[in-house]
Amino acid sequence: MHMPLEDSLGLNLLAANQHQAAHNREHFDAWKLLCLNVMSSPGAGKTSLLERSLPLLAQDFAMAVLEGDMTTQLDAQRLEAVGVPVVPITTGRACHLDAAMVCGGLRLLRERLDPAGLDLLWVENVGNLVCPAEFEVGEHRKVALLSVTEGEDKPLKYPVMFREADCVLITKIDLLPYLPVEVERIEEHVLQVNPRCRVLRVSASSGAGLEAWHQWLRQQVALQRSSLAAPGPDPQRTADPALSALI
Amino acid sequence: MHEVDMTRALLLAMEGWRQSHKPQVPLVDTVHLQVGAFTCVEPDQLVFTWQAAIQNSWLEGAELAIEPVALLGRCLCCSATYTPEPERGYRSPCCEHPMEEIVQGRELRIRSVDYQLPQPDTATAFLPLSAPRP
Repeated sequence: MHMPLEDSLGLNLLAANQHQAAHNREHFDAWKLLCLNVMSSPGAGKTSLLERSLPLLAQDFAMAVLEGDMTTQLDAQRLEAVGVPVVPITTGRACHLDAAMVCGGLRLLRERLDPAGLDLLWVENVGNLVCPAEFEVGEHRKVALLSVTEGEDKPLKYPVMFREADCVLITKIDLLPYLPVEVERIEEHVLQVNPRCRVLRVSASSGAGLEAWHQWLRQQVALQRSSLAAPGPDPQRTADPALSALI
Repeated sequence: MHEVDMTRALLLAMEGWRQSHKPQVPLVDTVHLQVGAFTCVEPDQLVFTWQAAIQNSWLEGAELAIEPVALLGRCLCCSATYTPEPERGYRSPCCEHPMEEIVQGRELRIRSVDYQLPQPDTATAFLPLSAPRP
């Protein structure tokens, strides 16, 4: 038996997904919209936040939602009820959206409207603090939610998700008076892992903190528009050098 | 569950590599994969799902050799590198600076593949009947 050959590949395991994600992003840029990937554990309040924010943002922005869900279309129905076009993406057994699924959602969206008329495209990911962090879908910004009921240690236990986020929303802060939780410790843990992200406290129930969150969104839309007007590297997405080397 | 998706991604990448050897089908001995500590992949589970996924495929019998890559951060305050211990947090032990820079630990990379090419007279035996003959 002869010695085996060896091919040095240096191939990123997620190259196929990243290729599809780049393709999606090209479409987003051609349509001049900002795409946000919203991620959290199940029950952290992604849909509730969008239910509250979308009607308020609709005064300024044309929007649509790609709604990822493993088995039902319940979240999609909730968001349709606030008057925003929603395309449900039922993932079946998959615990996250990948770029190909989002591409399929975009095809369905284009049957309903012209995406070039949108300012913001929301991708509400499947509830999961692990997998969505690794599978980009072509988004310009990642938003991670963490509710105060989940505990102070979650950014340390699921660091990849919080490292990847451009904005971390600490949700359900209206419950703080009833919980032995120090919100400052949650913020400190997030910033240990990712000192560059924006951390905001919000409550979809009381409306606290929403104005700061919406202000951050407006800034991102403006930054995206200016980056498209002057092509070059996206200043908000400065990837880790170790990761960039793999792509 | 995500190891199943990672295995699927790995098989997809390997399929692309196989296509580069067309019309021959390489006999793969070992796939060398680097897995960083700062990823969402558990090496043992990835090996388990790999072994299940390659049954009755062109990769049957191939070993998945995982090379773990430790997380290494760099303190931007004093430039020292360090490996965070999650229980103690991600700040640098030297200056208590947040983890600004990751030097390594995000790898999910097929580093290399050990393989053999079948002899010319047996090469076509591996092709499906519907595939064009070389």
